[in-house]
Amino acid sequence: MPRIRRELYNKDICACSIFGAMNRDGERFTGARVMKAIANMHVRGNGLGGGFAAYGIYPQYSDYYAFHLMFTGNSMEARLSAKKELDAFLGQNFDVVHDEEIPHRDESTVSDPPLVWRYFAQPKKQGEEADLSDGDYIVKKIMTVNTGIENAYVFSSGKNMGCFKGVGYPEDIGEYFMLDQLYSAYTWTVHGRFPTNTQAWWGGAHPFSLLDTTVVHNGEISSYGTNRWYLEMYGYACTLQTDTEVIAYAADLLMRRQKLPIEVVAKILAPPIWNRIDRMNEKERKLLTTLRMVYGPLLMNGPFAVIIGQTGRMIGLTDRIRLRPLTAATRGEMFYLSSEEASIRLISPELDRVWTPNGGEPVIGELNSMRVLQ
Amino acid sequence: MKSFVFPEFQIIRDEEKCGQCRGCERQCAFGTHTYDPVADRLVSDDYKCAGCQRCVIFCPKKAIEIRPTPSFYRPHASWSREKLEDLKKQAETGGVILTGSGSDKPFRIYWDHIVLNASQVTNPSIDPLREPMELRTFLGAKPDLMDVTTQNGEIEIKTDIAPNLMVETPILFSAMSYGAISYNAFRSLATAACRSGTYFNTGEGGLPREMREEFGRCAIVQVASGRFGIDAEYLNCAQMVEIKVGQGAKPGIGGHLPGEKVSAMVAETRMIPVGTDAISPAPHHDIYSIEDLSMLITALKEATNYEKPISVKIAAVHNFAAIASGIVRAGADIIAIDGIRGGTGAAPKVIRDNVGIPTELAISSLDRRLRSEGIRNRCSIIAAGGIRCSSDVIKAIALGADAVYIGTAALIAMGCTLCQKCYTGKCNWGICTQDPRLSGRISVEIASQRLSNLISAWSHEIAEMLGGMGINALESLRGNRDHLRGVGLYEWEMDVLGIKGAGE
Repeated sequence: MPRIRRELYNKDICACSIFGAMNRDGERFTGARVMKAIANMHVRGNGLGGGFAAYGIYPQYSDYYAFHLMFTGNSMEARLSAKKELDAFLGQNFDVVHDEEIPHRDESTVSDPPLVWRYFAQPKKQGEEADLSDGDYIVKKIMTVNTGIENAYVFSSGKNMGCFKGVGYPEDIGEYFMLDQLYSAYTWTVHGRFPTNTQAWWGGAHPFSLLDTTVVHNGEISSYGTNRWYLEMYGYACTLQTDTEVIAYAADLLMRRQKLPIEVVAKILAPPIWNRIDRMNEKERKLLTTLRMVYGPLLMNGPFAVIIGQTGRMIGLTDRIRLRPLTAATRGEMFYLSSEEASIRLISPELDRVWTPNGGEPVIGELNSMRVLQ
Repeated sequence: MKSFVFPEFQIIRDEEKCGQCRGCERQCAFGTHTYDPVADRLVSDDYKCAGCQRCVIFCPKKAIEIRPTPSFYRPHASWSREKLEDLKKQAETGGVILTGSGSDKPFRIYWDHIVLNASQVTNPSIDPLREPMELRTFLGAKPDLMDVTTQNGEIEIKTDIAPNLMVETPILFSAMSYGAISYNAFRSLATAACRSGTYFNTGEGGLPREMREEFGRCAIVQVASGRFGIDAEYLNCAQMVEIKVGQGAKPGIGGHLPGEKVSAMVAETRMIPVGTDAISPAPHHDIYSIEDLSMLITALKEATNYEKPISVKIAAVHNFAAIASGIVRAGADIIAIDGIRGGTGAAPKVIRDNVGIPTELAISSLDRRLRSEGIRNRCSIIAAGGIRCSSDVIKAIALGADAVYIGTAALIAMGCTLCQKCYTGKCNWGICTQDPRLSGRISVEIASQRLSNLISAWSHEIAEMLGGMGINALESLRGNRDHLRGVGLYEWEMDVLGIKGAGE
């Protein structure tokens, strides 16, 4: 067997601000208010990364997967050559119905923007891959692009949703992509980043996403190496040099592929301590013991607070000993999650309920229509 | 024939202090010290001394000192003293040189070239005295996917989960058979394992019938090539069954318990006649290929009603990772790998010191091999051979082991000083002997307390290191090479270990 070279990847370490807003009636609103809210937590970031996930923004293409791609590289030539390679790959594997450069403000002050393009497409499954589900097929293709095509990164791949991210303060990124003017979504999640290393690249900003699952994350995952090998066994290539990506992949593996309910997923990512499990009734104890036994490698250790976005759903979760802040609030049909309560109050001074979720306990907001469907 | 080998040790007796109590004479089973009634003084024979330090520690007057002999052959880089003397001994006897315990050769000890991580600023370290710190580990196969159903908010697991062994700390006592070690030493291991929430391994010498009810709950029973002491009750009283294929100290060869050590009770436990040699063949004569092993695994699962995990222990040799992958596919729930520094009660020196590979490299390459084949979750890895302290344990886990076996370390806790004379059956510390006068020197109560203390001390230290890394559950460190860095290693070694160099 040839010797396997050791990996010399660098893992980003960062602290951050996170914010999420959802209208449970499904009414859509522009990114203006969330940009205002995240700007209020300016000092929690340092201008080296900001990003948004928006759900419900492409109603005209709602049946198609919306791929957002980033072509990096030092020169426009390198970017175009990456795009050419990607176009050929997409052409072979997908039916693309529409593609365009993602509109942006050229006069913006963000530094060194890559070429950012979006494609609306349906999978073109052939041969051995014909039996794969759409999701599995797309995940596989994304992994191929992210590991195989130099300078091309898929950073958004769900239906009727999209991520926008880059190097800069989140409010600047919002302006660059004109989120306050061009898009209306029923859920927005936002991230402002404070990486401790200076190497800033657009792909490293949050949110991280796979299909319609997006993650914005504040924290450092000390179990990264363990989570990563487990996910790699299931075909997830961790290429984006950051620990947040493992949460997105873990959510995809557990929720989409294994179809586990979010309550169970939360108990896998942030399980109760043994001391507590041992004192539960037999049924609960058996369930939680089995979950920890089987999914131990997916326990997210170290401090974190995350907002996970999915079609029709927004979930907040902190690590089991709650080492990072998260505040939840509701006002009418609006549901908010934020690193700081002040940001929620800034855009909605009156709130029906404000609370601090316990460590390891998920807070879940769902579209009312979804609940009716279930 | 006159021996041309000079003594290894020099015994210095302070005649001023010596009270002629003859304690040293009674302590030494090798007959080193004798009393001369005419001169009323004790005489020591340097030739007989094993260097076990028993007389030194038990001399009430602190009158004895034992040192390496200052005599020397003319120094020679190629012909070291050891090489010269081994050759002389063989010229005098015409035999294989026997030895005991793990290899003492200076193979690189990778543990000492790996450093651990700690949290600073971006990630709070966790204080194990104030916060929960979880070392609980499950050993056995885990399913690829788990199927659950939800009804009225009640979640039920549909997937059948293979039996797993739960340990409260990732340290188990390695296989040491009754026969090789004394009854008291064996019972001390069992007592300590039950008290400390871990397991002891019976080795291949069976489990005395009267111990089964009390200690079965913390026993791992072994099935080795000699098939000693195996019956349905033996298999079913334990929590796990281990098929022993190889041993790190002597890969590729079998075992031989001399008839002198086969006392009535050893004979009953092993189900052989008193005083006969107990010979374990080099291979299992019903396992000449992987499909044969698969059949034995299935047979043992049948015999234990699929209620116990089945482990397969192999020595770490050159191509072992591929073999281990086959063993997992053959149905094993646990792979125990034993590296070149693994201990033994008796082995040919040439085998002990030349065959096999270091445990550290073995753990890493096995973990990566199983991951790359996508079957890492289908088995657990127990690493053995040369684990000396809590940091070795935590490094083994970060390199990909699920838990470790300790053998030599446990013996040292009971008094062993690594004199390497285990094969003589004259262990002055009462460990590796069947002589009742010697084995009575081990008090089960005290020895088991020393063993439990060791497990407790190491567990505390592991919790301390884990907390420093900002991790509060051991499962988050498993295979997490991110927390390791190499110092003073060649590039190829870091490739095999899968770790970065310090500062990288």
